[in-house]
Amino acid sequence: MEAFTIHTGRAVPLRRTDVDTDQIIPSEWLKRVERTGFGAGLFEEWRNQPDFILDRPAYRGATVLIAGENFGTGSSREHAVWALQDFGFRAVISSRFADIFRGNALGNGLLPVQLPAAVVEALQAAAEADPTLEVTVDLGAREVRAEGLPTASFDLDDFTRWRLMEGLDDVGLTLRNEGVITAFEAGRPGRLPTTV
Amino acid sequence: MGRTLAEKVWDAHVVRRAEGEPDLLYIDLHLVHEVTSPQAFEALRLAGRAVRRPDLTIATEDHNVPTTDTLLPIADVVSAAQVETLRKNCADFGVPLHPMNDPDQGIVHVIGPQLGLTQPGLTIVCGDSHTSTHGAFGALAFGIGTSQVEHVLATQTLPQTAPKTMAVTVNGALPPGVTAKDLILAVIAQIGTGGGQGHVIEYRGEAIRSLSMEGRMTVCNMSIEAGARAGMIAPDGTTFAYLKGRPHAPTGADWDGAVAYWRTLATDDDATFDTEVVIEASTLSPYVTWGTNPGQGAPLSSAVPDPASYDDPGLRGSVERALAYMALTPGTPLSEVAVDTVFVGSCTNGRIEDLRAAADVLRGRTVAPGVRTLIVPGSMQVKLAAEQEGLDAVFTAAGAEWRSAGCSMCLGMNPDTLSPGERSASTSNRNFEGRQGPGGRTHLVSPVVAAATAVTGRLTAPADLAPLAAPGSAAPAL
Repeated sequence: MEAFTIHTGRAVPLRRTDVDTDQIIPSEWLKRVERTGFGAGLFEEWRNQPDFILDRPAYRGATVLIAGENFGTGSSREHAVWALQDFGFRAVISSRFADIFRGNALGNGLLPVQLPAAVVEALQAAAEADPTLEVTVDLGAREVRAEGLPTASFDLDDFTRWRLMEGLDDVGLTLRNEGVITAFEAGRPGRLPTTV
Repeated sequence: MGRTLAEKVWDAHVVRRAEGEPDLLYIDLHLVHEVTSPQAFEALRLAGRAVRRPDLTIATEDHNVPTTDTLLPIADVVSAAQVETLRKNCADFGVPLHPMNDPDQGIVHVIGPQLGLTQPGLTIVCGDSHTSTHGAFGALAFGIGTSQVEHVLATQTLPQTAPKTMAVTVNGALPPGVTAKDLILAVIAQIGTGGGQGHVIEYRGEAIRSLSMEGRMTVCNMSIEAGARAGMIAPDGTTFAYLKGRPHAPTGADWDGAVAYWRTLATDDDATFDTEVVIEASTLSPYVTWGTNPGQGAPLSSAVPDPASYDDPGLRGSVERALAYMALTPGTPLSEVAVDTVFVGSCTNGRIEDLRAAADVLRGRTVAPGVRTLIVPGSMQVKLAAEQEGLDAVFTAAGAEWRSAGCSMCLGMNPDTLSPGERSASTSNRNFEGRQGPGGRTHLVSPVVAAATAVTGRLTAPADLAPLAAPGSAAPAL
């Protein structure tokens, strides 16, 4: 996983609430067995419509998505995170993320930044007023900064923050506890079901 | 202090707990399907890792599979390649697989309970958000992404932060004609698509206790539609009766030991929940959705809402967008909304009881001209049981199509899709834009409303159908 420490980039506001993962990447794309190449399918239905904000020239190359409330709701498809990353996004800001999407994002180094609705609204308004506005997402300081706006702090537990800043993947970390897992397994009751 | 059902199951699975870190949870059962697993297996291969516990892992083919001509090769080459990839991965890593045409093939959330693998007190995961279904048995079951699928394959554990708990108590008895689907649609409409975020919901109260296991699965299945991490119902006599004798259920002394343990799982009287919601069952009626998320639902007897009636500008905008997509006019009675397609099936409503309920409405009736009606059993076992009961004959006599098992039109990864502008009444779980096919419009309904809608061609509750002539009575005089 690519480490995330601090990122500065232009931001695109997506003023829609309850953006579900079927919108982020439609199911037709889920037939692929690869992990890359999903950017072309990002918001595919909306990008077929005229004047979708991600397609406006002023927002091309934006790397921070400022989304409405309850972003990433619905299906567990990690392809949604892969599509956002493949398109170029490094961070998504929203006042609320769906749990599975948030977990998938944290597992891939796409930073989900949860901020109060009023702060998200102010960032969206600023990015609408000035598409060249640069937003800094600073994981070390747990802050979002943009010129002309007050610095906004966000919460992320110390462990997850450390893991992201080091770019460590969970499997490797967990396997350090192999002995504990084996000991737990030895204590499981024999009547528990097996699939064979 | 007492503990809730969710807390008891959680605590029993903590492999490692460290200050400031997520708990490492042991996973008792890992369900796998073709869509969210290929990249996980590939990552194992690249890292030179094995599947730690193939004997706690089971795979099936459900999302991509066609529901007609299942003995022929899959026509869609991309779908076929994905299914082939699963077969190769299961063979390479020793994971048991129920492929197409296997008697135990079906939707992953239908076959787990059917095989008796889904049991109270287990932790169950799957790369699919509707894993919450299995919570109906008092298991802690939740959907995960592909990186987490890889993690569970490699370690049989998952790091997770403890959830908050929410009680949804449904007091009293459901009125006649009101089903588990109506109940959960009403719950989601009340708490919203994000209302359960961060929580495990425990469904409680007389109306929940009175539900069959099939009904409980319908309720827990859609917990994710309220944004919850999982949904659970405490195991009881109904649960034990469903499980007893199933292929993977314990037997003999193990059965007695298991039941004794399962009885300890219920939430303690002095336990507290972080959030509580109370609903009176008597206030419920058949529910349908009018919008583009499962929280945008209303009684079938009501009308399409007016965006102007919403004070919050964000909410108003979202309702306007939804009505534009759904091509609905505010104030239109929902019972006047005409559909071209009816879909009965999915992990929400594709079990035998759902098919019986739909057949009871369609028996002796005919599907309205021009309404394509698909009946898709949730598993090959459900299909077999329905055929043994003669339900297939009821469906085909009414003019509906009787299919083989799979996810089918719930998400349209196989050939069963809506065309742009088509409108369905669907027993599935998501009415998102384009969910059943690009440009398709979905109204979520119960199996009996789906069947009644097939008869009239517009959203209809069975109570509003013309009564059937009594058997043997004379035909009406012309």
